[in-house]
Amino acid sequence: MISQQVKVQNKIGLHARPASMLVTAADKYQSQITIWNGDRSGNAKSMINLLALRVKMNDVITIQADGIDEKEAVAALTELVESKFGEE
Amino acid sequence: MKTGISVSKGYAVGKAYVLDTEQPASFQTTADNPGVQADRLKRALEKSKEQIEEIAAGIRERLDSRNAEIIESHLNFLKDPAFIGEAFSKIDRESVSAEKAVDDVTQSLYDTFSGFDDDYMKERAADIQDVGTRIIRNLAGEQKEFDFRQLPAGTVLFAHDLKPSDTAQICRDNVCAIVTETGGETSHTAILAKALGIPAMVGCKEILSSVQTGTTVVVDGTAGEILVNPGTDLVNQYLTRIEQEKQQKEKVACFARKKIFTKEGRRILTFANIGGLKDLEIALENGAEGVGLFRTEFLFMDRGTMPTEEEQFRVYKEAAKRLDRKTLTIRTLDIGGDKSLPYLKMEKESNPFLGLRAIRLCLKNPEIFETQLRAILRASVYGNIRVMFPMISCMDEFQRAKSVLDSCKQQLEQKGVPFDSSIKIGMMIEIPSAALLAEKFAKQVDFFSIGTNDLIQYTLAVDRMNERISDLYNPLHPAVLRLIQMTISAALQAGIPCCMCGELASDERAIPLLLQYGLNEFSVSPGVLAEIKSVLLQSVGS
Repeated sequence: MISQQVKVQNKIGLHARPASMLVTAADKYQSQITIWNGDRSGNAKSMINLLALRVKMNDVITIQADGIDEKEAVAALTELVESKFGEE
Repeated sequence: MKTGISVSKGYAVGKAYVLDTEQPASFQTTADNPGVQADRLKRALEKSKEQIEEIAAGIRERLDSRNAEIIESHLNFLKDPAFIGEAFSKIDRESVSAEKAVDDVTQSLYDTFSGFDDDYMKERAADIQDVGTRIIRNLAGEQKEFDFRQLPAGTVLFAHDLKPSDTAQICRDNVCAIVTETGGETSHTAILAKALGIPAMVGCKEILSSVQTGTTVVVDGTAGEILVNPGTDLVNQYLTRIEQEKQQKEKVACFARKKIFTKEGRRILTFANIGGLKDLEIALENGAEGVGLFRTEFLFMDRGTMPTEEEQFRVYKEAAKRLDRKTLTIRTLDIGGDKSLPYLKMEKESNPFLGLRAIRLCLKNPEIFETQLRAILRASVYGNIRVMFPMISCMDEFQRAKSVLDSCKQQLEQKGVPFDSSIKIGMMIEIPSAALLAEKFAKQVDFFSIGTNDLIQYTLAVDRMNERISDLYNPLHPAVLRLIQMTISAALQAGIPCCMCGELASDERAIPLLLQYGLNEFSVSPGVLAEIKSVLLQSVGS
């Protein structure tokens, strides 16, 4: 299992569109992927779980993956968050 | 008079249509065979998926991908482990019907989300319920969707609550306003109404008790008011206002589509100066024929770290795509002078405008410069991008900047990354020395762009920020005009395009003169595009 912390920098945080992008990205991996925001955690493959984390701009989240492609999964999701989901 | 939260501005006068609040259909709650229920649910999910995709496709056709994605995000709910996954395991564990399972999970999630102390997340309860209701209706075998097309023209739609997927199907042709009792500013219903350009008000508590289908109403989405059964005078007042607004819009639209030619048949292009994708949207609405200046500084400001190559690439690519082969002139970072970056250490200078700024700073910080150039090059395959260097004062500077670009091209080539190998390279003419040597530069560059704001202050030695000498800042000073004329002539002689992206391009007094000098490209701020087009049309006498 590996994990990586990343700061959410897009203005709206994990709203529907970014959460949807995150789910689509997470779905590509077989690993179990969990996102932590403080003491709340949720399945990265569940849009509802992600929304319920109520991640806002400047929150530091932890992306944790467990499985055969955990490395790739964490790298890809971290990059997506760092790219601010294509927001301006 | 009733009030509410206006989420989409504009006026409307029309007849109310009150949408019935749906009564949830009754269903059997228990079931013997979990396998059968699971299969039913699977089929209902398939059907829901098709319906949502169709609604999203409708929005994509009428609006754009961004708004379609709002409805498409509902597709994620259909395979959400916390939603549908939970419903399947409920069927398995509790021997309940598929309807009961979906209903229970929807309710519980609805309660959770409504309980959040975050307005945005509260609104997501409505999205979850929208999807839940759809699945249950599909389980009942009949998904009778209300046909919004049957509404007569001039309908003001009233509802207790309007589902996002309903709003997505509403059309401006017959619905002139939307009023709901519930909902907030960040509801997807509000976002879609705004995108569709339909005046909308939400959170109008108990409005349904004072209107019936057929009641005449005025919706003033600008003031946030609803007038029920207004008198003829008020109705007429609003009809006049609506007419005026329409005329104004048509005027803009009329200029926006016009192509401008001089008497000699020379094509005049009107470009926009933009700072980001939002500006670009306004620019395109107002008929921009391209972008004459993309100030990339804004990508670098108001943040704690340097934007990565990937981030920049995405923005440039999106802009290029939205412009659909129209010219996109990207100016490389113009920082220093009055603009600084918190994460880039810059020494205090006593004369920042004459100091280490723009191209000078980029050449001293090759990492920043190369990152940006690679991002621009990579984006260049998605449209018609040209790259422009600011603050060039001598030939050596331009050559050095160009060689950095060349080395970036090589880097990409080695990696097999595609880019437009014949990308046009231009320079700003904003320093008198560059204008004086325009003839020489014109042989080396692919295009010029005159930046008048700096050109004026450097030519006249007048700080444009200093109020005490503002009377000396004269854009029409003969010396300034001479330099401009020299630049344009040099470009014409060399057969390269010359653009003007400074304030002077939108100065009504200067436009006839600039046309006479032979300027072909006027780049102005998106908000004044229509106005400048009308001035240009008058000046060319058509």
